[in-house]
Parts: sequence; structure tokens; C-alpha cells
Amino acid sequence: MVTLKINGTEAVVAEGATVLEAARNAGIYIPSLCQHPKLTPFGGCRLCLVEIKGLPRPVTSCTTPVSEGMEVVTTSPTIERLRKTVLELILSDHPNDCMVCEQAGTCTLQELAYEYGIRENRFEGERRIYAKKDGNPFIERELEKCIMCGRCVKICDEVQGVEAIEFGYRGFDTKICTSFEDDLDCEFCGQCVSVCPTGALTGKLWSKQGRKMGVKEVDSTCPYCGTGCTITYHVKNNEIIRVTSNDDTPNEGLLCVKGRFAYKYVSSPDRLRTPLIKRDGLFFEAGWEEALGLIAERLQGIKAEHGPDAIAALSSARCTNEENYAFQKFIRAAVGTNNVDHCARL
Amino acid sequence: MMHNITVKVCMGTGGVAAGGGEVLDAFLNEISSEGIAASIEKRCSPGKVGCRGLCAKDVLVDVIIGNSKVTYQHVKTDMVPRIVKEHILESNPVLEWAVGEDYHNFHDRQQKVVLSDCGNIDPEDINAYAAVNGYIAARKVVTSMTPEDVISTIKMSGLRGRGGAGFPTGTKWEIAGKQDAKTKYLICNADEGDPGAFMDRSVIEGNPHAVIEGMIIGAYAIGADKGYVYIRAEYPLAVERLKKALDDARTENFLGKEIMGTSFNFDILIKLGAGAFVCGEETALIASIEGQRGMPRAKPPFPVYQGLWGKPTVINNVETLANVPYIMRNGPEWFASFGTEKSKGTKVFAITGKIKNSGLIEVPMGIPLREIIYDIGGGIEGGRQFKAVQTGGPSGGCIPADLLDTPVDFESLAKVGSIVGSGGMVVLDETDCMVNIAKFFLEFTRAESCGKCVPCRIGTKRLLEILERITKGEGKPGDIALLEEMSVDIKMASLCGLGQTAPNPVLSTIKYFRHEYEAHINEKRCPAGVCKDLLTYSVLEEFCKGCGACLRACPAGAIKGEKKKPHIIDPSVCIKCGACLDVCKFKAVKKE
Repeated sequence: MVTLKINGTEAVVAEGATVLEAARNAGIYIPSLCQHPKLTPFGGCRLCLVEIKGLPRPVTSCTTPVSEGMEVVTTSPTIERLRKTVLELILSDHPNDCMVCEQAGTCTLQELAYEYGIRENRFEGERRIYAKKDGNPFIERELEKCIMCGRCVKICDEVQGVEAIEFGYRGFDTKICTSFEDDLDCEFCGQCVSVCPTGALTGKLWSKQGRKMGVKEVDSTCPYCGTGCTITYHVKNNEIIRVTSNDDTPNEGLLCVKGRFAYKYVSSPDRLRTPLIKRDGLFFEAGWEEALGLIAERLQGIKAEHGPDAIAALSSARCTNEENYAFQKFIRAAVGTNNVDHCARL
Repeated sequence: MMHNITVKVCMGTGGVAAGGGEVLDAFLNEISSEGIAASIEKRCSPGKVGCRGLCAKDVLVDVIIGNSKVTYQHVKTDMVPRIVKEHILESNPVLEWAVGEDYHNFHDRQQKVVLSDCGNIDPEDINAYAAVNGYIAARKVVTSMTPEDVISTIKMSGLRGRGGAGFPTGTKWEIAGKQDAKTKYLICNADEGDPGAFMDRSVIEGNPHAVIEGMIIGAYAIGADKGYVYIRAEYPLAVERLKKALDDARTENFLGKEIMGTSFNFDILIKLGAGAFVCGEETALIASIEGQRGMPRAKPPFPVYQGLWGKPTVINNVETLANVPYIMRNGPEWFASFGTEKSKGTKVFAITGKIKNSGLIEVPMGIPLREIIYDIGGGIEGGRQFKAVQTGGPSGGCIPADLLDTPVDFESLAKVGSIVGSGGMVVLDETDCMVNIAKFFLEFTRAESCGKCVPCRIGTKRLLEILERITKGEGKPGDIALLEEMSVDIKMASLCGLGQTAPNPVLSTIKYFRHEYEAHINEKRCPAGVCKDLLTYSVLEEFCKGCGACLRACPAGAIKGEKKKPHIIDPSVCIKCGACLDVCKFKAVKKE
């Protein structure tokens, strides 16, 4: 363990921790845009600058490891001035269209601009404008809002292992690019969307469906597979408008394309709402009593006439482990055959 | 007695560009031709040498007969037969083509260590380097010295990094040497990117073996078995000579396994840079070698603890490494006898701009700027007034005339708001606008910022935009204060050396030439007459004879007037090219 002083108060953290982690551990707030607990430190946004006794210039707390006896100051007139300058610079190259931005209310940049009271901006000048490109159905990329924090690049590389995007060009022209600047063509897990601190990356399906106001968040379990990721449905007017997942879930906030984007089936008119029974080649709606009665009757009939091994059962990977357990138990014990399997994939 | 005759043709990049290859061929043809061959061919050996500094006078050719040397300047192929006939055959040097006083002044005030063999030996011949005691130091080091001895020698010499930051080389090696790691790396940083700087290129082109020998010694001291030279792909001649030198050094067993019969293994790979200025920053350079995008990362950890592939890595600049063999050969006291108390040794500078003798020089640290500019550089071209000297490239600052007695060393230049840097020195005169100079350097840093951190990526862009406004006459009150404020913040908040120094040209020009900024902003006037948007050309009626020269010269058709009557320039059509001013014999065109 390492003991250091943050704003005069002693803090004890594990060796290898960064100054930012130590401060947050101690309940001390340091603003930041590029740092993310899942990702290796980047040090690009420069908001988490702190003063460390003995060092000639402020350093980013997200990249600086703690050391024994270190004395850190997380806020001072100089530090706050630098943070404000950095924010003003970012906002001088930002559409500032919070009125219509999907991310309003959950945008870190917006929150920081609010916190630092940036109404006037000393800086003005050219802004980046890009032609819209992506034809993909899932991820909306508004690169004008990108602050180059690199979180999307890092999560795609370090967590998802896909490396679909990378920094391209230099200086003011730097942007996040796919290979050869083609349309985004990845597995669309949306991990990048989940870590974007601004409105640069959002879900296309979410567009204009609702932001914070009037939106209820309902925690649930993703029904797509047995992994059972914990998800949060954002519900407005009894409609799911967005799916997210929190960092403190067993799946650590990570989802796949289905869990994150394929939720529209819930309110689809084509969705089955009752069992169907086929008679003379046509399906008829039925009640559960009737349907289950028919199944039991037929199973018993087949078993009596041809023996239990004439029956085979297939369950679904979309069921939970418990459901699959109960199902095979029923087939083996009640029906009396080992002919049981499931589709094993989605 | 029949003396041996040596002809040395300058074949640095400048020499090659001026036709050095053809001149060398002409000498070879001439002396092997009938009649001449019989009398001198066996005694005469024309050969190529690297850069000797005064590129403005290329092609430079030395003809050395016995102990007497004559240097010819601006040599062309058609001059060769006469030089061979009169000088080589008849011992009558063609004095009208020989270099003059300024060439000697240029060289006499210099103190050459790193460049001592540049321009004297054939850089493509390992035996030529061996003949000037090359590789003796490396052999002595690997066969009879401990790494600790080597490090203490370098520490005693006071050698500091020549790449810009001036970190003590011996200390860097000492830290790396102490790291307990199986694999360590030594990298030679040859990613020379400052506009107008060509020190490292000339050293590699002129004496690649000195760099290799320095690397062998450095690698032995820190315990590295692999080295890299990270060099710009835009330096084809340097790369070619370095490749040949590495091959020759391997053949001689100066590189490879069990070097010089010892158990020490060391080899060097060349890694070509793709042209990003920021890759001269050591962590970006490492990322680039690793195949990543060249973006700096935060330090600590410093590369000497965790560098290439996470291993302890020493990165030294070309000039730093090229100093090493000379220090080991002549002793640390010898090296420390040059320079000042804190800045030992010599430094190579590339002087360019409005100076008579532009080129490459090596001077002892602590020499006053005035000596460099007036004694070595020969003063300002065209008898114009000196205004400032920009040192340290885009990271440096401008030093005005009243500080010309500032000694050139790490501490003194820092004190006046500039840096030694890698050794670029751009001389500016009264026809240079300081706002425009600041704008030039900001254009460079803006384009070369890697884009990772906000203050550099957006800050340099905004700085540049304000400077552009000012030079267009759209400056506003408060602009100077804003430039100063944001410059300070960009310097403090940026991640790497690029952003931390990029505002220096702005701050130093404001500090010393605030009146020029004020003239642009308040009076919409460019005192140096450079910023086009602030210039107007008009005809002074009382001087105009109506000759029509300006009218004919004007490419825009902006000048009207009848013969023998005063002409008029229409400012709405004028493109401010200055052609009228140039052709007017009666000084009737006024630029203001």
C-alpha cells in the first residue's frame, strides 16, 4: 500500500494506482473526459491536471502512478484556469447544439461546461464539418461532436478486440476513422457508444425518441441468450426507447448488438402473444390450458404407441440455465428419453 | 619529390544537388585521359567527402598536393580540365576560382568535434574512417573497459543531449545501466524535423561510422544488444550511407555477435520515419517503431525505465552519439575544455535565413550569438539591418538585436526566452515581419500536432487563426493579451514537448516586438512591409515620369496612365505583388 496526501488529507491506496484513482477513492472529485475505468490511461483531455509537489508543471492524474509520500493538490486557481481554457478550446470546436442533441442530460462535456459556467468563450474559429457517411442501421456518428478522447478506439481495441476504428490525420484535422474511411462495418456491439462522453456516438434507433425527461429506467435481464446480461430499458410512454447497461452489472456494462440494439421486437405487432395450434394446415390462437393439454395428450399418445425414444426435444439457448435444466429434467424423467438438446446458438 | 595528389569533392546533399557527382566524374575522366594518366594517375585519387558546412558555395573541391591545399568554390564540370591542367599538372592553382576570405572566416572561428571528419573523409569507406582513428574508441571500450567506466567518462565530459532538452547523457546511461532487465534498447533519434535544420542529416551523410561507433559504446555502457536508428525517409542519401556503413561495420565484426572478439553482442536496425514531426518526441518515436500511430504518451514512466516494447530504452540524438567516440578517444577533460561550466563541448548549428554564409557550423558552447552571425555567418545579406535570430526551430524563440551578446548555451538561451534546441538558427532582417514569423512557425506546429491532447490540437489552431487575422488587418484590441494568456495555458497544459513549446515563437515575438503586433492591430500597418493585406502601393506623382514600365510589368492590369503623365494604381485591382516597385527607376512607387 502507498500513502500519499491529497489536498492535505492522507490517503492510502494500492501500489500501481493512479493519482486519479486515489483521489476518487478518497471521494475527491477531479473532472475528466478521456479517462475510463475499463481502459488504459490516455491523458489526452488534460482536464484531470493536478499539481504534485516537486514537479515543475501540472500532470494528468489519470496517467500518474501514486508514490509514497506524494503530495497532490487537485484544485488551485492555476489548475482551474487551465481546465477552463481546455473546456473553452473544446467548445470552440463543438456544434454546441445541446438543444437538439441526443446526449443532452447525460453528456459529460455539457455537464462540465455547466460546472465551469462557460457561457462566453474567449476562443472562436474554424469548426470541423464532415460529410455524413454511415449507412449502418445501428450507430450514429456525429464526428463534429467528437472530442478525441479516444475512449471508443480503446474500448474497441482493448476490450472488444475488434480494432474497427483508429485515429487518423494530424493536428486539428485528427478524426476517428475506420480503415480507408469506409462506412463503419464492425460487429456493432456498441461498446463505443456506451463510453462516448459526448453525443458523437449514439444509437440510430434512439434518435428523437426521448432523452432524460419522462423516461423511466427499468433494470431487466437480456432475453437473447443464457448469458443473461443485466440491461436497463429506458421506457417512455410505455415504449422501450433505448437499452443501456450499467458498469456495476455482472456483464460490466458490455452488451452485444442484439442486447443493445435489437429491442424493437418487444412492441412488434408480429410478436406471438398466445400459443398457436395448427389445424388443417392453419394456425389458430389458443389459450395456454388448451395448448399445454394438447401437448401432454400427444406426448402420452406417442410414448404409449412407439415408446419414449420416439420423442426428441429441442430447447433454446435463449432460455435461462434454470429453464433448460427444468426442460431436460422433464424430458428425461417424465417423458423417459435422453433425446434432448438445444440449439446452442442464437 | 613527387607528392600524392588528393581531390576531395563535396558530396553532401547540397554538394550532390549542385552537381558534385558530375564534377567527381569529370575529375576521374580527366585524370585517366591520355597523356595525363601517364604522369599522375597513380598518384592522384579523387574521392567524395561529406558536407563541409558552407553549402552556399557548393560544389566545393579541395585539391591537396602534399601539404598544400586549395579549395575551389562553385565548381562546374567545365572548370575541371583547367584545374587539372594548371593546378594538378603544372602546380599553378587557379586562384580566381578558389574560395575567398569569407570561406576562411567561416571556418576559422569554428571548433569542430562532431564535424571534424565530416568533409574530410569518404563517408562510404570504412577504411577512411579507420584511417582517422575510427573504431579505436569502441574497441578500447568493449575490450578493456567496464560499462561503469564508460558511463563515468561520459559523465565527466559533461555531455548533454543535443536533441533539444539537454539532459545529461551520462546520467541517462547510468539509469538505464542500472535497470535489471534482460533486454534493453538503444535508439538513435535521427528524426530531425525542425524547419531549416540539417545537422543530423549532415553528420550521418558525412560520417556515419562516428554515429555507429557512438552507438556501440552507448549500448555497451547500458547493456543493450539491439539498437535502432529512427531516421526520416526524406533523407535518402543519409539512409543509403548509413546502410552501407552498417553493412561494412558488420563485415568488420564491429556489429553483430561477439563484437571484436568479446562476448558483447550488438546490432543496429534502421527504422524509417514516415514524416511526422512529432515522432522526434521519444515516446511517439517508440510508438512508431512498435508499429503504432506516432502519438506521445505521458511520462513517467520515462523510456529509460519503460521504453520500446516496455523495456529500458535510451534514446540519444545523432549529434550526441557522434560526440561519444571523440570523447572516449581524447578524454573527457578535452571535451569539457570547450564550452561553459554547465554546457560543455561544442554544438552544431544550421544557420539559414538572411545571412551571407548560410550553412552548417560547429562552435564551442557559450560563444556569443554576435560571433556566429557576424564573424562566421558574415553578417546580413545585402547590407540590411539585422532584426532577430530564431533559435530552436518551432519550439524556440526569437532573440532581438540588443541581446546579440547572449552566449549560446542551454541556460543563457532559456533565460532570454528561447532554447538551443536541436540547432536550427534562422536569421531575420528588417524585411521580416515578426508577426508573420510567429505565424509561420504556428502553421508548422498546427499541422504537426498529433491531435491527442486538446491544448495542442485546438490551441495551436486558435493561436494561428488569431495571428492570421492580425496579419490580414483584422486584429482586435485584446488580441495580444489573449495570445499571451492562451500561450501560457497551452504550454502548461499540453502533453508533450511539441505543445509545451509550440507557443514560444508567439511569446518571444510579443515580448521583443510587441510594437509590430500593435502596428498591425491598431494601425493596420505591417512595419516590415510583408503582410500583403496591409500594404498599399501608390504612385508618387511628383516622381513619376510616365514611362509606362510599371504599367507593362503589372500582371493584374491595375495601373493606368497616359505616356509622360503620372500613372495611377487602382487598389481594388492591385494584387500587391510588388512588380511595379521593382521596375520603377524613379522611385515613384510607394509601398506602405
